[in-house]
This record gives sequence, C-alpha cells and structure tokens, in this order.
Amino acid sequence: MEKRILTCIGCPMGCELTVELDGETVTSISGYTCKRGKIYGEKEVTHPTRIVTTTVRIARGAAPVVPVKTKEDIPKDKIFQCIRELKNVTVQAPVRAGEAVLKNVAGTGVDVIAVKTVGE
Amino acid sequence: MRQHAIVIIGGGPAGLAAAISAAEHGEKDLLILERDRELGGILNQCIHNGFGLHTFQEELTGPEYAARYIEKARELGIPCLTDTMVLDISPEKVVTAVSPAEGLFQIQAEAVILAMGCRERPRGALNLPGYRPAGIFTAGTAQRLVNVEGRMPGREVVILGSGDIGLIMARRMTLEGAKVKVVAELMPYSGGLKRNIVQCLEDYGIPLKLSHTVVDIHGKERLTGVTLAQVDGSGRPIPGTEEEYSCDTLLLSVGLIPENELSKSAGVSLSPLTSGPVVDESFQTSTEGIFACGNVLHVHDLVDFVSEEASNAGRHAVEYIRRKRETNSGGCSGKQEETDSAKSSVLEILPGEGVRYTVPSALHMAQMEETLKIRFRVRNVYRNCYVTVSAGDHQLLRRKKQILAPGEMEEAVIRREALADVLPAENLTVRIEEV
Amino acid sequence: MYDVIIIGAGVSGCAVARELSRYQGKFCVLEREEDVCCGTSKANSGIVHAGFDAEPGSMKAKMNLEGSRKMKELSEELDIPFEQNGSLVVCTSEEQRGGLEELLERGQKNGVQGLQILEREELMKMEPNLSDQVIAGLYAPTGGIVCPFELTIALAENACSNGVEFRFCTEVQRVEKLEEGFRLTTSGGTMETRTVVNAAGVYADVFHNMVSEEKIHITPRKGEYQLLDKTAGGHVHCTVFALPGKYGKGVLVTPTVHGNLLVGPTAADIEDKEGTNTTREGLDTVAAKSAETVKNVPLRQVITSFAGLRAHEDRDDFVLGQPADAAGFFDCAGIESPGLTSAPAIGRYLAEQAAGYLNLPENTEFHPERKGIQKLSEMDFAQRMELIREEPAYGRIICRCEGISEGEILDAIRRPVGAKSLDGIKRRTRAGMGRCQAGFCSPKVMELLVRERGIGWEQLTKTGKDSWLICGKNKDGIEESTDSGRDGAKVWK
Repeated sequence: MEKRILTCIGCPMGCELTVELDGETVTSISGYTCKRGKIYGEKEVTHPTRIVTTTVRIARGAAPVVPVKTKEDIPKDKIFQCIRELKNVTVQAPVRAGEAVLKNVAGTGVDVIAVKTVGE
Repeated sequence: MRQHAIVIIGGGPAGLAAAISAAEHGEKDLLILERDRELGGILNQCIHNGFGLHTFQEELTGPEYAARYIEKARELGIPCLTDTMVLDISPEKVVTAVSPAEGLFQIQAEAVILAMGCRERPRGALNLPGYRPAGIFTAGTAQRLVNVEGRMPGREVVILGSGDIGLIMARRMTLEGAKVKVVAELMPYSGGLKRNIVQCLEDYGIPLKLSHTVVDIHGKERLTGVTLAQVDGSGRPIPGTEEEYSCDTLLLSVGLIPENELSKSAGVSLSPLTSGPVVDESFQTSTEGIFACGNVLHVHDLVDFVSEEASNAGRHAVEYIRRKRETNSGGCSGKQEETDSAKSSVLEILPGEGVRYTVPSALHMAQMEETLKIRFRVRNVYRNCYVTVSAGDHQLLRRKKQILAPGEMEEAVIRREALADVLPAENLTVRIEEV
Repeated sequence: MYDVIIIGAGVSGCAVARELSRYQGKFCVLEREEDVCCGTSKANSGIVHAGFDAEPGSMKAKMNLEGSRKMKELSEELDIPFEQNGSLVVCTSEEQRGGLEELLERGQKNGVQGLQILEREELMKMEPNLSDQVIAGLYAPTGGIVCPFELTIALAENACSNGVEFRFCTEVQRVEKLEEGFRLTTSGGTMETRTVVNAAGVYADVFHNMVSEEKIHITPRKGEYQLLDKTAGGHVHCTVFALPGKYGKGVLVTPTVHGNLLVGPTAADIEDKEGTNTTREGLDTVAAKSAETVKNVPLRQVITSFAGLRAHEDRDDFVLGQPADAAGFFDCAGIESPGLTSAPAIGRYLAEQAAGYLNLPENTEFHPERKGIQKLSEMDFAQRMELIREEPAYGRIICRCEGISEGEILDAIRRPVGAKSLDGIKRRTRAGMGRCQAGFCSPKVMELLVRERGIGWEQLTKTGKDSWLICGKNKDGIEESTDSGRDGAKVWK
C-alpha cells in the first residue's frame, strides 16, 4: 500500500489530495473539493499528462517564432521527446492559430498546433 | 481636437474586455490606444496554458485567450490605434498620445478607462549588492525574449522570487534548453499559484528554496554566479548559510507594480496598499469619469478576473456617460439632491486583520447593485480560517476557507439586501479570523 | 606617428581631446572599454563643486574654480543640461561650527563667490527636509549639477567631429620611451606617438610608473550610491553635504539634472581596481549617513544602486603635466573629486601644455558646438509634431518610463562615437534608466541595435567585452531528436 500526497492543479485552489495506491490501482482518494480534483488525483498517480507549450521557428514570418501547444495533454514522460522533435521543425509563414505544425508528436497521436496567427 | 465618448488606455486583456463591454452596453464611440504594435498586451508573451478556466471553462494559452477578445472587438467594430503611446491624461480627460502614423495628437474624452497594466520590480528596487554584469533580467523581459523573439538570454539560470512569471519561466527556459538550477524565495511561502509550483518546478525537478535570497552577485561582464543565503523571520540573511551557485543568468520575479504614471497626471488618487487608483464600486477613480481596471488597478494572478473586472468597468463607464448626458440635457432639478444623498451614504471598505487591501475601497449605497464583489489579498498564509465582512458591529458574511495565501486573490460577495438591513454604517471591513 | 595619444576616454581624457582639437595635429584616444565614460566618470555624484573644499594653492583648488566657471559656457556649446542648484554643507552640532567657518574661509581664499553661513531657520525655508539635527550650513550658490555621461559623451563627440580619432576595446599594455616620443603596445597592435596624455583613471599610476622614476601611487576609493525615482527628485533642491571628513566630502543628497534623487557616496579604500561591486554594508551606510543631514529620504523608491572608484593619489592632489624625467608624457592622474567639475579646466590646461610642447598650430576649423540628441520631452507640441512628420521614428516611444523614442535611439547609434551596446544607448538617451530599469525596452533596443549595426543577436552586449545578452536561439541547447522516424528538418506546407 502506497500513500501519495499531491497538490491538485485543476484550479487555483490547489487542494491537497491524498491518494492511496495498491500497485497501479487507486484504492482511495481524499482532499478534493470538486470532481476535477478527484479525476486529477487518480490520473496523476497512474498516468500523468501535460499540455506542452513552447515555440517553433518560423521562416519568413512577421515574427521569428510562433508559439505552439500540444492540442491535447500528452504523457508527462513524453515532454522532452516532444520538445526534441519540435527542435527540428520550421514552419513557413503565414501560419494560422489552430493549424498543426507537427502531427502525432512523440508517437502520442496528438498534434502540435500554433496558438497564434503569424503573417508573412 | 478629436472627441470620443470613451477612450481606453491599453489594449491588453483589461482594455479589450472593458471596450467590448462598453460596446455591448450600447456605447459605440470608443477608442482603444495601444502602445504595442498589436493588441493583446502581455498575453502575447504568455504562451503557457491555463488562461480562461473561469471565462471559457477551458484552458487556453495567452495568445489564444487574447485572440478571443481581439476577434470580438473586431466584430463589434471597436476602433483602436496601435503603436500609440499615451503621454498624458489631464483631469479634464484630455488624452495626449503619439504614434509614428498620427504624430502627436489630443483627444477629448467623456470617460477614460485606465488599463495600462503593471510593470515588474527591477533589481534596483531590491538593492541587491554586488556587481552589475549582463545576465540579470526580470522574468518578464526573459519571457519576451524567449517567447516572442525566440532568443535565449542564458544557459544556466537561477531565479529569485517565486512569483508566477518566475515559475512559468523556470519551465519555459528548461523546455528551450537551459538548465534552471534553483528558485529562491525570500518569504516562507511562494508568491505563485500552486499549479505553477507543481507543473513548472516539481515536474522538472527544480528545487524551490523558501526563506532564501540572493546576497551577492558575481561576474563583472557577464554573470558568473550568485550567492544565496537563508533569511530569518525579518528577511535578514543568516550568516553561515551562504551557498554559491554558478550561473550565467539571474531572473527576477519579485513583484509587479501597477503602472500609474498616467493616472497621476490625471489627478487620480493612488492607494499606498495596491499602488493602484482608489476606486469605488463602479471602478471610478477619484477623478470623475476616469475608471480603472486590470493590473493597473491591482495586480491580479488570473486573467479571467481581469476580464470580469474590466467588463464591469466598461459597463459602469457607459452608465456614467449616460447619467452625465441626462443631467446635462436639462434634467438638472433633482441633481443636487441626488449627489447630496449619495455623498451621505458612502461606505469605506477597509482591510481588517489579515487583509492587505480591498478593491473597491468605497461603496456608494445609492449606486449599489444587487451584489457587490470585494476582491482582496491576505497578508499571510492562513489555514482553516474564516473570511468575514462586517458593517460596524454587524457581520454580513462569514465564510470558512481551508487555505488563504497572499499569492492568490480572494473575493467576498455582499448582497444589497443584507447590507440594507444593517445601515446606517460607516464602513465595511473585511477580516480574516483565525480559529 | 601620432602627435598625441590620450589613454582613457573618461571625462578628463575626452576634455583633453576636445581642447586638443583646437590645434592641428594627429590625435587619438585609446579606450579599453567599448565606449567613453565607462570608468570613474560614469559612477560619481555629477556635482559641479563650488570650490570651497580644496586646499588653497593646490591643483584641485585651481582647476575646480576654473572648471566651475567654464561649465556654463561649455554646457551651452555642447548642448547638455547644467543647473546651478546651489550647494549646502550642513553641520549637526555646535562643535562642528568651526568646520563650517574653516570651509568658508578656505572658499573665500580659493575665490568662490557668494558663500555665506546660514542658520537653521533660514536653511529650513530653503530645504524643509533637512534633518532635525541640522543647526547651520554653508551655502554656495555657484554649486551645480551636470550629467557625467552627457558631459563626457558630448566632449567626445565634439572632439571626434573636430578630427580626433577614437579607438575602443584597445587596452594599452606597455608604454616605452623612445628617442623621440613613445611606443605604446596595445591589444590592437603597437602605436607610436610624439606625446602621451595619461588619463587612465585608477590605472594612471601604472602608466606613469612605466616611464618615470618619480613614482606615484593611486588607491581606488570606492563610493557606493543609490539612485531614487523621479518622484523623489524634489526631496531636496540644493546639493546637501555633510561636513567633509578624512575621506572626502561624505554622503551627499542631491537632485540630478534629470530630476532623480541621488544619495551617496561611501568612501572605502580598496585594492582591486575593478572592484565596482556594491556591498550590503555600503548601501546600508548610504542610508544611515544620508539621514544625518536629510530626513525621510524615501529609500523605498530606489531604482538602482552602483559603485564607482575614485582615483586617489597619495599626495591628495591632481597630478597634472610632465614628470621631470619624462618629457612629452603628460599626466592627468589622481583625478578624484572635484575631477568632473575640473574637467573643462584640466582639458584646457593639458591641451595647451601638449600643444606648446609640440608647437602645434591652431586649428582654424575648430567648431566648438555640438548638438545633442533631440529631446522630445523638452519640445513643445508643434515642434514635436514637425519632427515626427519629418521622421516618424520620433513618434514611436521605446522607453516608456523616460519617454524615449525610436528616433532618439537611432540617433544615438548613428552619431559620431555612437552607441554600440545597451548601456551605450542608455547613457546617451536615458532609455532604460527609468523606474523599470529597461525591463520593457531592452528587447526593443536590442532589436534596433541588431538592425542598425547589422550584427547578430549573439553579438549584442550590455557594455562591450564579454557582457553578452543572448546566447542563441530557442532549443539550441536541446539535444536533437534521435527518433529515427523523425529525422532532419521538417518544413510543413
């Protein structure tokens, strides 16, 4: 039986969650004040994920880089692979917010999309 | 001279939301003045996610959050001038601005909404001793360089201050290839949001040293290192606890200061507690017809609250203009009476025990709406305590809170009915009661 | 072969250069830093001393008086701010009264005009923020303030326009006497010159001692300062001094020509000629000492602190002119307070000596006037409108705290002896000198420097040498992806 204390990040409240684990299975969770907290706590101890936000180089753009994010959250342990893959990406201007700059990043099935429109 | 009903100073989240709300409440003669080349303000460089949870029930990045408001403003046809710096606002609401395209020009406004945002406390304000090499940046400057210019200001980083921008930059620098060695915080608690400590530091194994500060700066040309030391209860370094960190970059995230130089020129009274204007329930400052919202009013940690506050400011500005036009167009008879009675029932809103400040800090009973939302910050970390609001001896509100921290803005909502029952009173006081 | 090489582009070196350009000849200023005004000249009180401190008959007394009298005309010629705000030396006990009398007497001997001792009541009318302990003070109406950067930069620009060469990032390593003239070994190669002016600040003893057996010794005397926001600028109107002590004039409180409040300096003799770091003790001393003369100094409004090194020579006087055993080598050494005040006089004095020694003819084309960077904040509405119409860059504000436009910054980069770094821009335009201390404007100024100077971001510096600001692009430090499925650069679309 393992007990882990987490800070919920679902909202600024930052509830302190206590999760008890039996191997990979969550046996109990307490301390949350909303549904999101419960879901976060369970997920965070079994398969934590994150949205990754970073920049990608842009060629002939009005700005030197375009900010991007993973369209959905990806496994936490894939963050650096995601970053490494993005190092090699240069997009051509113009790029529109929402457009994919890299598909299926780090084999997660998630696309990386631009979050800002950058003109030529 | 050009004339506009409402001139909004700043096209960041506050200015945009204020303008949109003013337009939606029927005022079409608006003008946003923005110093940058594009709208969106500081959100353009805040490329991390977490914006909009309250407003849109989803997590957006800064540019995405800004884009929603920019598009809305565009749909509503709100005019704006970018690349335009406001140089002066007079108490008579004459706005003087300059831009390469328009040159120097003046606008007579009926109402002005201040939405200039805030700036970061620089190194100088901390009086950190040592050399003055290159490599010491405020976190926001580094954020601009990395996120907008795509340029790295250093490879090995120490961050002083655990404000949100500092925490966010710890992650950003790490993801762009730098090594962040430590975040030092003078106070025994972090000034940033919990989620940022988890997602920006813990995720990347970056240590957070509470009750620590920088006591020396090394390197004459470029920074070569800093000395950290533990501090005692009064913030004084404890001899013998010094520890040297080699680094080429020191990022400072040691506080934000509302940027009120223009407010001063407009004769607006500033609060020593917030460094922002003193406002009433309608976000009107001490200068009639000048309103304030967003970080120029008080520093927020969530943009959602900025938008909400600014929307209200925009609406109140429209109401103000309407009232003003009505009284000007003949209906003078009852005016004097009205102002007198309004004056007689102004309640001061005071920060009591444990509360650092409140916004607003005055309430005109005559103009009070169904509810009044008082935003405040606490002085310290409190656990299992109560937030109370009292009018004289009467307690209007008592709410249990599991945790309160100076880094997170709180709110208390007062109902008019509840307040009416206990009048007359001179003031409303927000307090923290420890159990 | 140069006629004169000046070592050091501080205020003294630049003043000598400017005065030398009144003569025909081949002149060069060598500076190890990337800009003028990078040593002692950049970190001092910015005071034009009335001249009552110096020992009557000393070089300090002579140069101080003459410099102070020349400053007004010079400031007009060079288009730089200068204000005669008056100086006040206050005493805080009856025992100190003798000290005031002594200063008055000395001042009168030195020829300072208008000195008078005022009692507390009168002082308080002039300066309501004097401390409660102040009982009397010596008032010197001719005391004034200048901006040390602007004075030095203006002297250099004017010298340059009149034909003096400036070489930066050129460190002099050795000076040798030749049969005729001198050979200088520098980081940029060897140079020969008929004469040398040694204006090397805290290093002047090193060069002097290379050519003369009459050794001199300079001690770097550190002075720490705190600079306060413009909102505090009106706290005092005069420059307020304590009675001078063993280490000089003590901690003063003064407005600056730009409307800030400056408090300092401390005085500590140190070994390290590069020891320009501030210390906790020093900054605390500034706070404590200033309170003795002026009350309620709003130290919460400090925007920056800094330290400078005065070049104190053992004999406690300026060392000006040729040593007996080194003809053609002109010392400009031991230039500590009142060095800034004295610069116009020192410049004239040494230029005349060198020109006389070399028998140089007059430069009839010498043009004494230099026009400064246009200051938008000082223009009226119509002038400003006109300027922006001609050059729209003057309509784009880059530094919001000081209200500095892109036009002013471009001018600072393009003019003679132009700015090459962030600090260079800051010293010429004040962009980045305000309350946010360059937080907002530095990325924009960097962009302008990159564009105007045609350099890469990695070549940008704060103040030359290894003071780099940008180490590369995002993700340069990230290892390339080794995942075989995703090799090479991917360009979408």
